Amino acid sequence: MALLNYERKYRVRGGTLVGGDLFDFWVGPFYVGFFGVLSAFFAVTGTALIFWGASMENTWNPWLISIDPPALEYGLKLAPMAEGGLWQVITVCATGAFVSWIFREIEICRKLGMGFHVPIAFSTAVLAYVTLVIIRPVLMGAWAHGFNYGIMSHLDWVSYVGYSYGNFHYNPAHMIAITFFFTTTLALALHGGLVLSAVNPGKGREVKTPEHENAFFRDFIGYSIGTLGIHRLGLFLALNAGIWSAICIVISGPLYEGSWIDWWEPWRNIPLWRDSGIPNG
Amino acid sequence: MADYQNIFTQVQVRGHKDYGVPAKGATEPRINAIGFSHLFGRIGDAQIGPLYLGWSGVASLICGFIAIEIIGLNMLAQAGWDPIKFVAQLPWLSLEPPLPEHGLNPFPPLNEGGWWLMAGFFLTAAIILWWVRTYRRAVTLGMGTHVAWAFAAAIWLYLVCGFIRPLLVGSWSEGVPFGIMRHLDWTNNFSLVHGNLFYNPFHMLSIVFLYGATLLFAMHGATILAVGRYGGEREIEQIYDRGSASERAALFWRWTMGFNASMESIHRWAWWFAILCPITGGIGILLSGTVVDSWLLWGEQNGFYDFDNVRGGIIQ
Repeated sequence: MALLNYERKYRVRGGTLVGGDLFDFWVGPFYVGFFGVLSAFFAVTGTALIFWGASMENTWNPWLISIDPPALEYGLKLAPMAEGGLWQVITVCATGAFVSWIFREIEICRKLGMGFHVPIAFSTAVLAYVTLVIIRPVLMGAWAHGFNYGIMSHLDWVSYVGYSYGNFHYNPAHMIAITFFFTTTLALALHGGLVLSAVNPGKGREVKTPEHENAFFRDFIGYSIGTLGIHRLGLFLALNAGIWSAICIVISGPLYEGSWIDWWEPWRNIPLWRDSGIPNG
Repeated sequence: MADYQNIFTQVQVRGHKDYGVPAKGATEPRINAIGFSHLFGRIGDAQIGPLYLGWSGVASLICGFIAIEIIGLNMLAQAGWDPIKFVAQLPWLSLEPPLPEHGLNPFPPLNEGGWWLMAGFFLTAAIILWWVRTYRRAVTLGMGTHVAWAFAAAIWLYLVCGFIRPLLVGSWSEGVPFGIMRHLDWTNNFSLVHGNLFYNPFHMLSIVFLYGATLLFAMHGATILAVGRYGGEREIEQIYDRGSASERAALFWRWTMGFNASMESIHRWAWWFAILCPITGGIGILLSGTVVDSWLLWGEQNGFYDFDNVRGGIIQ
C-alpha cells in the first residue's frame, strides 16, 4: 500500500540536512525526516491550542470561532493565555511549522535530485504570512496589529485595516499585487487550457505536439513563450503576487499612516501641471 | 546551491524560422513576419511571429480600436483637449455609465451615458469576436477548445458586471465606469452598498480560486523547473509516455503532502481553478442587489456572522 508502481526505486537513503539516517523514513505516502517531526510537533500543538482557545469561547460555530491577538496595551510583551497569549503561541507554532515544512521540502528535493524551486516559492508565501503577523506588528510596536485567526474575524480584520488607510484600492503596491494575482490566473488558464487542448483534441483525433501549441499561440497573439518559458513566467507572476501583497501591507502603518487616496497628492503637484485641476479621490 | 537552477536559458540555439504547423479548412493566410529577440530567448522562445488575424481578428481589432477611441476622446474632452491636462488627470478621468434617470434607455444623450453605451457595445463586440477567433483557430489546428472556454468564463464576469446585472436591476447606471481610479471606486462602492462583499460566499469562493490558482501556478511552475534537468517541460510527451521527470515531480508532492496530480491532471486542476475564479465571482456579483441586499445581514440571518461579537481589527 501507498507505494506507486515506480516508487520503490526512488525510495533511497540520503539527502537529509539534519539527523543523518535517524528520521530518514516514510509513513504511508509521507516522507518524515527531522523536519517532518518538527512540522508535526508544531502543527499538532498549534491545532490543539486553537481548540483550547475555541473552548473558552461561547460558540463552536466554525465560521465564528476566533483566536484574537493581544490588546494594544500589551505592546510587544507576552500576554496572558486567555488574553492573546494563545494567539502568540499559535503564531510561533504556525511559523515553526511553515519553516520546518520549507526545510522538509528541501530534503525531499535533495533526495529526488530536483532543483529547489518549490521550497523557494513556498518561502515567499511564508514571508507574506510572517509579514502580517510578526514583521508589521513588531514595526508598529504591538502584537495587536496581527490578524485574528478565524474565518469571519480575519475578513473583519482585512476590511477594518483596509479602511483604516482610507481606501486600500488606492495603495499602489496593492494595485500591483492584484494585477499579478489576476495575470497569474489568466496565464494559468491559458497554460492549462493549451496543454489540455493539445492532448484532448476530440475523439478519434491524433494527439497534438508542442509545435501545435506554438502555432496556436503565435496565431493567437503573435508570440509563444514555449514549454519551458511558460513555467518560468508562471512562477515569476505567482511569486510577485505574494511579494507585492506583503509589500502593500507592510508599508501601511510602518511607512505610511495616512489615507492612500491622499498618497497621490504629489502626482497632482508635479510642477508641469500643478494647477490643472485634478479632481480629488 | 551552486547548481544551475534553470532560471534563465544560458545558451541560446537559433534554428530556422518556424512558420507553424499547417492549418486545415477555411483559413486566411498567416502574417509571416518573423523576428527573433535575444531577451525573450533568455526566459522563453526567442521567435516573435507569425500572427494570424483572419476576418474575426481584423473585425475585433477594429471594434477594440473604436471602443478605445470613444473612451480616450471622451477623456480628452473632459481635460479640455489639453494634452498635458490629459496626462495629469488620466488616472482620474473616466467615461461614466448613463445617469440613473435614463434607466435602460438604449439611446440616452451622448454626454449622459450614450458614449458609455457605445464604447461598451464596441468593446463587447471586440471581445466576442476575439473569442470566435480563439475558438476557430483551435479547431483549424485540430486542437481542443479548452482555451476558448476558459476565455468564455472571463467574458461571463465581464458581461455580468457591465450588462446582465444592469439589465436585471433595470438601470445602465449600475454598470462599471471606464476609468482607472473610477473603476476602483465602483468596486469599493459596490462592496459597501451591498453590506461588504467579503461576506458574500461567492466572493469568498472567487478569492479562494484566485489565490488557489496563484498557489497552483507557483507549485506547478516550480515543480516543472525543478525537474527541468530531466526534461520536465516536455509535458505532452510525458503525459503519454511517463519519464523520470514526471515520476520525480509526482513523488515530490506525494512525499510532501501525501497526494499528487499526474502530468495531465495538474493541467485540469489548473484550468478548473482558473475558470472557477470568474465564474463564482460573476455569480456573486449577479446575486448582489438582485437576490441579496446586504451580505452582512444575510450572514447574520444564516448563522455566519454575529454583530454582537465583531472581533477583527483593533477597535479598542
